[in-house]
Amino acid sequence: MLLTISTTARPATDLGFLLHKHPDRVQEFGQSSGKATVFYPEAGEERCTAALLLEVDPVTLARSRGKGSPDFSLSQYVNDRPYAASSLLAVALADVFRTARAGRCAARPELAATPLPLEIRLPALPCRGGPDLARRLFEPLGWEVSADAVPLDEGFPEWGDSRYVALALTGTVRLADALNHLYVLLPVLDDAKHYWIAPDEVDKLVRAGEGWLGAHPERTLITRRYLGRRWTLARTALARLAELGDETEEALEPAIPEKPPSTAPAGEPEEAAPDGEQDEAAPADGPPDEVVPAGPRSLSGKRREAVLRTLEELGATSVIDLGCGQGELVGALLARPRFARVGGMDVSPMALTIAARKLKLERMPAVKRERLTLFQGALTYTDKRLTGYDAAVLMEVIEHVDPPRLAALERVVFGHARPRHVLVTTPNIEYNVHYAFLTGLRHPDHRFEWTRAEFAAWAAEVAARHGYTVALLPVGEDDPEVGPPTQMGVFTRDQRS
Amino acid sequence: MISVPELSLVVLVGVSGSGKSTFAARHFEPTQVISSDYCRGLVSDDENDQSATPAAFELLHHIVGVRLSRGLLTVVDATNVQYGARKALIDLARRHDVLADAIVLDVPEETAIERNAARPERDFGPGVVIRQRKDLRRSLSKISKDGFRKVHVLRGLDAVENASVTYEKAWTDRRELTGPFDIIGDVHGCRAELEELLARLGWQGPRHPEGRTAVFVGDLVDRGPDTPGVLRLVMDMVEAGTALCVAGNHEQKLVRALNGRNVRTSHGLQESLDQLGAQPPEFRERARAFMDALISHYQLDDGRLVVAHAGLKESFHGRASGRVRSFALYGETTGETDEYGLPVRYPWADDYRGRAMVVYGHTPTVRPEWVNNTICLDTGCVFGGALTALRYPERELVSVPAQKVWYEPVKPLGGPAGSAREPGMLDIDDVRGTRYVETRFGTRVKVMEENAAAALEVMSRFAVDPRWLVYLPPTMAPPETSTLDGYLEHPAEAFAEFAAAGVGEVVCEEKHMGSRAVAVLARTPEVACERFGVTDGSTGAVYTRTGRPLFADNGPLVERLREACAPLWAELGSDWVALDCELLPWSAKAGELIRSQYASVGAAARVALPEAVSALEAAAGRGLDVGGLLSRTRRRSSNAALFRDAYARYCWPVDGLDGVRVAPFQILACEGRATALEPHAWHLSTLALLDSPLITHTRHRFVSLDSEESRAGAVAWWESLTAEGGEGMVVKPAAYAPGRVQPGVKVRGREYLRIIYGPDYTESLDVLRRRFLGKKRSMALREYALGLEALTRLSEGEPAWRVHEPVFAVLALESEPVDPRL
Repeated sequence: MLLTISTTARPATDLGFLLHKHPDRVQEFGQSSGKATVFYPEAGEERCTAALLLEVDPVTLARSRGKGSPDFSLSQYVNDRPYAASSLLAVALADVFRTARAGRCAARPELAATPLPLEIRLPALPCRGGPDLARRLFEPLGWEVSADAVPLDEGFPEWGDSRYVALALTGTVRLADALNHLYVLLPVLDDAKHYWIAPDEVDKLVRAGEGWLGAHPERTLITRRYLGRRWTLARTALARLAELGDETEEALEPAIPEKPPSTAPAGEPEEAAPDGEQDEAAPADGPPDEVVPAGPRSLSGKRREAVLRTLEELGATSVIDLGCGQGELVGALLARPRFARVGGMDVSPMALTIAARKLKLERMPAVKRERLTLFQGALTYTDKRLTGYDAAVLMEVIEHVDPPRLAALERVVFGHARPRHVLVTTPNIEYNVHYAFLTGLRHPDHRFEWTRAEFAAWAAEVAARHGYTVALLPVGEDDPEVGPPTQMGVFTRDQRS
Repeated sequence: MISVPELSLVVLVGVSGSGKSTFAARHFEPTQVISSDYCRGLVSDDENDQSATPAAFELLHHIVGVRLSRGLLTVVDATNVQYGARKALIDLARRHDVLADAIVLDVPEETAIERNAARPERDFGPGVVIRQRKDLRRSLSKISKDGFRKVHVLRGLDAVENASVTYEKAWTDRRELTGPFDIIGDVHGCRAELEELLARLGWQGPRHPEGRTAVFVGDLVDRGPDTPGVLRLVMDMVEAGTALCVAGNHEQKLVRALNGRNVRTSHGLQESLDQLGAQPPEFRERARAFMDALISHYQLDDGRLVVAHAGLKESFHGRASGRVRSFALYGETTGETDEYGLPVRYPWADDYRGRAMVVYGHTPTVRPEWVNNTICLDTGCVFGGALTALRYPERELVSVPAQKVWYEPVKPLGGPAGSAREPGMLDIDDVRGTRYVETRFGTRVKVMEENAAAALEVMSRFAVDPRWLVYLPPTMAPPETSTLDGYLEHPAEAFAEFAAAGVGEVVCEEKHMGSRAVAVLARTPEVACERFGVTDGSTGAVYTRTGRPLFADNGPLVERLREACAPLWAELGSDWVALDCELLPWSAKAGELIRSQYASVGAAARVALPEAVSALEAAAGRGLDVGGLLSRTRRRSSNAALFRDAYARYCWPVDGLDGVRVAPFQILACEGRATALEPHAWHLSTLALLDSPLITHTRHRFVSLDSEESRAGAVAWWESLTAEGGEGMVVKPAAYAPGRVQPGVKVRGREYLRIIYGPDYTESLDVLRRRFLGKKRSMALREYALGLEALTRLSEGEPAWRVHEPVFAVLALESEPVDPRL
């Protein structure tokens, strides 16, 4: 990967002093990712260009990290790191031009402090957000930005553009600032997984952003992306299996929400989906990484409240949450002593790990802990652990099941477990017209979303087949035209069966 | 001579010092004897710490319980002189449905005291023995009422000294009989139909010329026109030793009536009583004695076959208790009643996971159906249905229709075994936790709990309906790494490997670069329903090697494939088939992957490297020494172009299914045959019958490994395939090779490997040659055995959960991390 820095400040060769690299020498610097070479393709009075060429050896790169690293996959070997201006280049740049980046230059101190006419070129800059984002990030810093999208494959024009742009920045900027801009913004634009996040990364950002980041209009996005995702739980068998299924890990992650990959039917899919005006106003990059439990005003909060209220009205004292995800409802049930026995089942081991942590299972008092059973299971297998509860809750679960497998779910829950009550909530697709920016379904893992009529028909059939009666209730604002955002079916087993 | 049942709880009774431990050691295996002293030691470090007695007995009962549940004879060495102690053990035996025998060691008090005195650790005085002796005396008068099957009393030292213990087989244990059997459903007095059925089965009087044995599932009597005639026929056969008969609930009730007990004469009992009333008293007595002696069930053919009137769950096989008999005669009910006022039967067969086939009757059905290796043969002959027999081991049903409706049913004949039966329903315990999957292909495969957990998520979230998911292909390893300059893989190593394993001939098949696809196709929706239990009208599935549907809507592809495969129905004599295929082009399924990963890398390289080359050229022009770096960067630039060409070869635009091609290369299974075991020549020639624009044939050649010329020819063929840009070839033993021989190895082409190892892999071959193949190869072998096992179970008509088990295990093994480039 290549970075060139040119200046036309005369004498242009003073660039060598500023960078602490002699224009007539070729210098090599060992890097953990490979080898960096600094050389000058041109070095004249009028114009001088320094080039930093980082040779990344993917084989060495792969071997330097263990199987436990998050990207133990094929993409570890076939990736763009040797060509694209990623965080590896930022790291090399920071190292090779350390003194220059600090703004120190014993030979030309005044030059180091002076804005200079500079031109910076990056032929292949991975840029999530496209040329537009590159402009939004660099222009406020005084750069004139030329950013051209690179086509994916000229042999297949229908494939469109790649995620790379050919970037040229021109402007009159202090060299140290220019280097710091690159150091921070290259990984931000790349926004690939950051494999080397250490606790001191926050300090590094603060130092490198001194004097410019605080006032940058996109500072929130920059900070969040720079610090990246915390991949503490990311290396999972699921990620590997997803890849075996001809799918990259990325494909598993929800496209919009930026949170650890998980979890449907486990998760709270709509936490990040357009859900009321508040969320729609959020930047296109979605909510902060830290998933905070949705407040009572959010749809998921209302849904949980509706489920809890219904369970109380039904007089249920033992409840199992099927597809409990990260345990929000389970936690709420445990907080109410009337629920003497609480079960939580999910198919995702990772969701259960997170749930256990969020519920502080290790430190839970014995009396409370004894009320709770948390286990892995799947709704397509009969399971005697599901029996013996007053009520079962399927909250935003059925839409994560392929329609042909719904019959199995039905038999497992209504035919085998047969609790007295079953609560089912699912999106009402009619309501989606209120989500202005939504294309498709509300969550990438949704296999379907139903109209009110479709849900009512399914509920009636299930109830009839298994000796239940069903009442349908709205959850959230009940729009006179299109109904509520969420629909709930409350099934109750006939007395005699 | 003491005789105890082979499976029983033997309770020793005697005072301290009566010689129980010595007796137990002499007559039983050390592991069979559980002593209270030993348990006391385990829970207190002191065998004589009386305060630990409650904990010691808790442990003793636990150990005894575990042993009994596993079907092991167990001897309890404790004083057991009090009723309460014995009662607890008898209850334990009953809970596990085994019989209990007591052996009382009644030795003189002074002997016991003397022996204790001689043992320093028993420093309690004679008072203990005297008290125990008093308890024993009191017990002996009524111990026979405790509930033991037998109480063996050894009175005096000589009796104890000279006793010997023998074992008696359970009445239900006829495992030595291997058949063949003709198992006959509920007759209910339909003599004419029974005679006709026996004739159809080839019986001549009470004998079968081929020495077959008849097994009656009970309910010979009641309702029908000639109960005495049926009884006479069956009794003659049983007495001649050519038939067995288990008790039905109707025999049970009839015996009680004949014994003069007051029973309600409903459900056709009156007919039997009237008909028997017209018989001479000797016959009545013979029939009564015969029916009275009928036992609850039989275990036959080395335990592979169980016959009971109303069926029997696995934990009851070979056991004896009131509830075993009750289950066998009446089945289990849910405690609810249906709209006709009849008890709702608990569908025990749905949950049945035993290896033994269970054949039964009791519940009239229109048509017998297999449910988890169980089958109900009651086809309601007396209600105007049919009388049905199962030929074992042939698994063949033979039936004759009823001559008329002999008796009006209370309710119409139901579907098989009741209402909401779901034979394809899988249970979480079929897959959960650490498991060992037995295969008949040389290996028992262990599945780790965490891998099963990962597979459960993938299986339930992404896989196709498990009823279609009858197979997952094994992973395939490359050959040992080539040392040839410029090559990582080469056919030479593959040939050497198979030759060393004793394989004489291999087949080399062109490796299509696409997406692996397993296709399961049924000729009609009816076949799909009958054979796979799929009732949604679909006629097949096409899925990836991790069980995901190949396309969001598989319907059209299944449809087209089914049409293309039409010649196979007649050729294979089967209404369904499972095929192993590759689906082309690669971009059809993997388009997103190609664009996001491969094309992206190509795009970045295409723009970055030429610019780096020109910067270096400019520097070189200035006289700087960048020679090495320049030539290296030029080479990388051309590698990147080769990389781009490598993936682009496998991409072509498709519009729906237009442009999609399927290359089947193996017929996995069809009705009655796990064809995956056939030689590859058969597969290739059979698949050559397919003639459709959808189908791509697999180019191949056979190689005699003992011929250098043959090998060289194949190498040249591989060179030409890969020079054209082909992925490479798969080398497989031409015929199934048992043992630890790889089912196939893939020899991939030099250019193709750029997609796998990166554009510049040719620059670092030395490093890459240090790759580790062991794990991949071991996984390939295990997954291959599991796949064959699944196909064999499928073709033999085993229940859904049995097919699912090895398929799930393949997915679980695949969740193990292994170098993805291999």
